[in-house]
Amino acid sequence: MDLMNDNLWRVKVGLAEMLKGGVIMDVTTAEQAKIAEDAGACAVMALERVPSDIRKEGGVARMAAPRVIREIMEVVSIPVMAKVRIGHFAEAQVLEALEVDYIDESEVLTPADEEHHVWKHGFKVPFVCGARNLGEALRRIAEGAAMIRTKGEAGSGNIVEAVRHMRAIISQMKKLTTLGQEELVHEAKELGAPLDLVAWVAKHGKLPVPNFSAGGVATPADAALVMQLGAEAVFVGSGIFKSSDPAQRARAVVKATTHYKDAKIVLEASEELGEAMKGIDVRQLEEKDLLQTRGW
Amino acid sequence: MNGDVKFGILAIQGDYEAHAKMLDRLGVKWTYVRRPEDIDGITGIILPGGESTTHIKVMREEGVWDALEKFAAQGGAFFGTCAGAILLAREVHNPPQESLGLLDISILRNGYGRQLASDVHEGKTTISEQPIEMIFIRAPIIQKVGHGVEVLARDAAHPVLVQQGRILAATFHPELTTDPTVHRHFVDTIGQRREGAAAESHSHRAASPAR
Repeated sequence: MDLMNDNLWRVKVGLAEMLKGGVIMDVTTAEQAKIAEDAGACAVMALERVPSDIRKEGGVARMAAPRVIREIMEVVSIPVMAKVRIGHFAEAQVLEALEVDYIDESEVLTPADEEHHVWKHGFKVPFVCGARNLGEALRRIAEGAAMIRTKGEAGSGNIVEAVRHMRAIISQMKKLTTLGQEELVHEAKELGAPLDLVAWVAKHGKLPVPNFSAGGVATPADAALVMQLGAEAVFVGSGIFKSSDPAQRARAVVKATTHYKDAKIVLEASEELGEAMKGIDVRQLEEKDLLQTRGW
Repeated sequence: MNGDVKFGILAIQGDYEAHAKMLDRLGVKWTYVRRPEDIDGITGIILPGGESTTHIKVMREEGVWDALEKFAAQGGAFFGTCAGAILLAREVHNPPQESLGLLDISILRNGYGRQLASDVHEGKTTISEQPIEMIFIRAPIIQKVGHGVEVLARDAAHPVLVQQGRILAATFHPELTTDPTVHRHFVDTIGQRREGAAAESHSHRAASPAR
């Protein structure tokens, strides 16, 4: 891929590399951002409402108010990300003008375009996008996403969808490594993804950008689970600030993510925590209530 | 190559895998450092890029910080990139934060600005004939260097690769390139010297304040 020689692309992916092994936390205020940073978050995600509140309150979920994002940028020294609606390139332009460090084109907000995602190569600020499978991940990368995260089911406090999506991406990548050239052409058609990216994954056995997990992480063990399944970092949305003990839980999830293979430390991190967020059985949700089906 | 010498790579968070790949290219043995006992038996340690606030928090709580201070006092070699350089600096600004203080420099976090200021440059160094590629990501700026600090490379007016005895720091990310020049310098000329290291290390720490 020619992209690998493009310096802008390299610094976009480079920042994602710096976040590996860390925890990126959803925050809605400067105060929450400070708590996240003090707990060891490697970045924060600014948004108007956390996913579980969006789910509960309904209405249109949009990019957070610039004033709030700026307050967050002023109070923490770690990278600040913010979400835009799928396809809402003007919100993205606003966030670029605000100089956020990363933009999440996110299914958690109400989509602005049901056919097109943002053409992310047109921006200097890097983007992260959600994906449920390899085809979706590669389509987003083709548009310029420099980081992929699983969609999971945001605001559910239920890890099942994040697990499903991570397993799907990893097993589809494994399969590609076993195929011959002519089979890759067919697979590109099946995945609905560009052949050059499909061929890259077949050769390297991984995505050309970091692959993080999101959508349902609520406990230290959830973080350890997705990391062991192949996630390179963890996004926590409602899981921190919808729990009974945000600071302590944030610290515990950071600890479990660093030491994800060391059960004794994950145990230590899990002890003395209060109640996790309540959570939803995703099977009880109707199709129209799912956030993961937004975008393609 | 390099016999029994083994390096540690701090693996709390950040681009530690990229450093591991670089050491693999050089045929050097390495181990990830996440707990104090992981430091046993290593000659030098790499502090990778990532978020220095996260690294400090986790290291402090889990005893790795104290173990690294002890390792430094025993003459262990250190190589920090970006966040790692911040951890090594004697003085940290924007905002001020604690550090290991092994390198007599004053450093400004996110010195160039936010991610939009991240960039790739090419620059000359005193350790290679060819210029090397320098990837700066939300990089810090070294504002002052003390008398005992050797500047191995500059970018614009700023020192970007500096060395003081067994302590090496880069504000850019050589580990994100395919050029092993800086890592080879660390492994061959700093990481292997052990004799007399403790005395040398003491003299650094008493070095005159940054100019």
